[in-house]
Amino acid sequence: MSDVYEALQKIVGEDYVSNRAEERYFYGRDPGLMPPHEPDYVVMPKTTEEVQEIIKLANREKVPVTPKGGGLALTGLVIPLKGGIVMDMKRMDRILEVNEKARYVVVEAGVTHGALKSYLQKHHPHLRHSIPDSPPIATIVANAVIHGQGRLSQQHGFNSDMVSGLEVVLPTGELCRIGSCSVSSYWFSKGAPLPDLSGLFLGWFGTTGIITKLGMKLYPCKKIRDVMLFLTDKVDLVPEVIRKLAHTEMVEDIVVTAQPIPLRFKGNFYILPFITGDLEEEIEFKKKMAWQALMVYFESRDGGFVSVTPDMKPSLLAMPSKDTTRFADVSKGGGFEYSGPIAPIDKYPAYLEKLEELASKYKLFYSSAARVIDGGHSMMFSFSYTFNRANPDEMKRAKVALDEAAEFALEEDGVIWKPNINEQQMVMERMDPNTLMLMKKVKQLLDPNGIMNPGNWEVK
Amino acid sequence: MQQKDYASQIHRCFRCGYCKFPTDYSSFNCPSYRRFRFDSYSTGGRLWLIYAWLKGEIEWSEHFAEILYTCTTCKNCTEQCPMKFAPDIVDWIVGARSDMVEKGKIPPRVARFFEAVYGYGNPFKQLRSDRAAWANGTKKYAAGDEYLLYVGCLGSYDENGQKMARSLVDILNASGISFGILGEEEECCGNEIYMLGETGLFQNLVEKNCQKFKELGVRKIVTLSPHAYNTMKNNYPAFGGSFELCHYTQLLNDLIEKNKIKPSRAKAKVTYHDPCFLGRYNNIYDEPRQILQSIPGIELVEMERNRRDAFCCGGGSGNFVTDLLAGSADSPARVRAREAYETGADTLAVACPSCLTMLTDAVKAEDLDDKLAVKDISQILEELLSAK
Repeated sequence: MSDVYEALQKIVGEDYVSNRAEERYFYGRDPGLMPPHEPDYVVMPKTTEEVQEIIKLANREKVPVTPKGGGLALTGLVIPLKGGIVMDMKRMDRILEVNEKARYVVVEAGVTHGALKSYLQKHHPHLRHSIPDSPPIATIVANAVIHGQGRLSQQHGFNSDMVSGLEVVLPTGELCRIGSCSVSSYWFSKGAPLPDLSGLFLGWFGTTGIITKLGMKLYPCKKIRDVMLFLTDKVDLVPEVIRKLAHTEMVEDIVVTAQPIPLRFKGNFYILPFITGDLEEEIEFKKKMAWQALMVYFESRDGGFVSVTPDMKPSLLAMPSKDTTRFADVSKGGGFEYSGPIAPIDKYPAYLEKLEELASKYKLFYSSAARVIDGGHSMMFSFSYTFNRANPDEMKRAKVALDEAAEFALEEDGVIWKPNINEQQMVMERMDPNTLMLMKKVKQLLDPNGIMNPGNWEVK
Repeated sequence: MQQKDYASQIHRCFRCGYCKFPTDYSSFNCPSYRRFRFDSYSTGGRLWLIYAWLKGEIEWSEHFAEILYTCTTCKNCTEQCPMKFAPDIVDWIVGARSDMVEKGKIPPRVARFFEAVYGYGNPFKQLRSDRAAWANGTKKYAAGDEYLLYVGCLGSYDENGQKMARSLVDILNASGISFGILGEEEECCGNEIYMLGETGLFQNLVEKNCQKFKELGVRKIVTLSPHAYNTMKNNYPAFGGSFELCHYTQLLNDLIEKNKIKPSRAKAKVTYHDPCFLGRYNNIYDEPRQILQSIPGIELVEMERNRRDAFCCGGGSGNFVTDLLAGSADSPARVRAREAYETGADTLAVACPSCLTMLTDAVKAEDLDDKLAVKDISQILEELLSAK
């Protein structure tokens, strides 16, 4: 194995490869609750050519390769289950192109959401991308690979739906372009009008290749952004409130939050429609439409809009949301994880009931921030539990609660988002057998030596 | 001081990575992460590794110690961390270093730093008798002087620091205020010793300094270095050493406002680098800029990362001697030198002897020394008083 280390040094330079205990420790775990497993090497390529060389080496030596961006999925997707190489992509950090008129950006694999946000604000202030609530170190590519969601997902779907082209190093080392960029110099489409091959890579957690460049659609950055707050204590009304808001086609983003503390939050559901516009009149009109859509609940006294005070707005409007991260320290324990099923919006009440039931059963602090996706075709519901890293018993209880939540979510016809390896098996057990067979064939065809992030989406 | 509590709190880091960034997320603002790029060198990495060490999940190694000591304690993480414990992060790192020092497990370069201060009273192993070699007859502090000018180790022994000290002395003489230095009686301030975790030696230095200051009847101290200013202002009071402290930029700004010094016209485009121990530690951002803006003919331009987002030169926590972040175009000082050059400025102004040395060397390494002059504010001002 020392030959592999030396070969990696030759490819990326000695400063950017490590087999030392400290890097192996850190890269062998993520902030969630999945058990750790250490890599043999951590390597940080700078170029696509270096990625290709590493993959060719890994094939020759039959060494597993796990690509890593920000490492914030929380479900162990970048834990190298079979050791080998963790490839930290963050040195590939160039923003290569912004096409103002066709509204897309082409980035290298290590560009973070924070860096792209900053770059667009400075150089293209009338354009924006869909920023997730995860911390700014999350990379554009990794977030797309896990079908992440962001602030524009209510309008435009999963962040992976916004991909407009890929450059991929296949598991056998060949370089491949996907979408319009395979034919043209423009990165405007990941598929149409060609056969859409992006599905061979998006959602596969790096098991079918390493994305080295990605085109991402950009959207108008309106001058004004505001948030409203609809409050109800009737969980059964939440799906219909969402449907009515989505029906207006006036809102950028819809988030539903539920948590037991502070006490005023308990038993209440906060539905947050985010509004954008270039004119105050536009904002007022959109707010009026939202008001009108939900007037019936005001009249029946089942709910109503409450004022968002100026001190609340900065944190509600922040992108990314620091409050989401702060949840990890609510009980001064440094940990939280969530199971996030993607499900029809009418499942909200059942999931919420289960969230509270599991919190009570396992004595955990909970929260849920659900996000509406693609005009209400689905939503991401989060079963979020905090845990204290210094309390192994609480960590164990949180893990059991999350496992039960995932099981329940599947029973209730949801599909688990960014599932851990156990949840992947649960999903595949329920999957149509021919779909499963197709996945197996795709994997075998693309990765004949099974070196790419092994253990994930592994069809038994 | 939260050092002693660190072991019971350090598990609270979620390793979210906010600590790597400036406020606008435009680049990486943690000097050691920017230099090495392994997540283990970020604040989150460091805290997770310390916790692993406390739990016995990793063994001490020289590499682990280097990861800990490449932190320049610049406090960018404290500014950016979204958690309630953010103000305690540097204390946690210093606490872990203290434990390493107690166990005798520190990098050789850090050990040599301590040995030098133990043996010579400065980290350069220079003779105490040479401590005032720069001073060129500068008057020693005597009862009745308004200010004690505390020069510090860099001002006393480092070539760039000495130039800075001489400039400041010339300006103070020109202003007419009464001041004096301690000369060969001056001790190391201990700021770096504290940050490196040698609490016993730090206490010893503080006690010696406080005793000396009290014996001489010192009430007001002006420091050349932000590092000395920081520790004397924030750490000394806990040991009974409460003096009226100011950094020299505060004093010079005051003297300019009172018309006691009046710089002549210059012609320069200047960008200013905020020292961490002046800015993030003590919230002194305006006075150095006000001095520069008071000089007719100087155009002040800002680097992209400034004030609380300023990128550290890499010299903090003794790294101006231990140099654990050197050896690369990604070394913080070189990154900062390029950033300064990109502003179009012809002069990079600093207000700290450590920054002066780090950035002077970096500008040379970047082959920019004929395009970008690195000068301390005292030097800029002194040249203009001379011109007058």
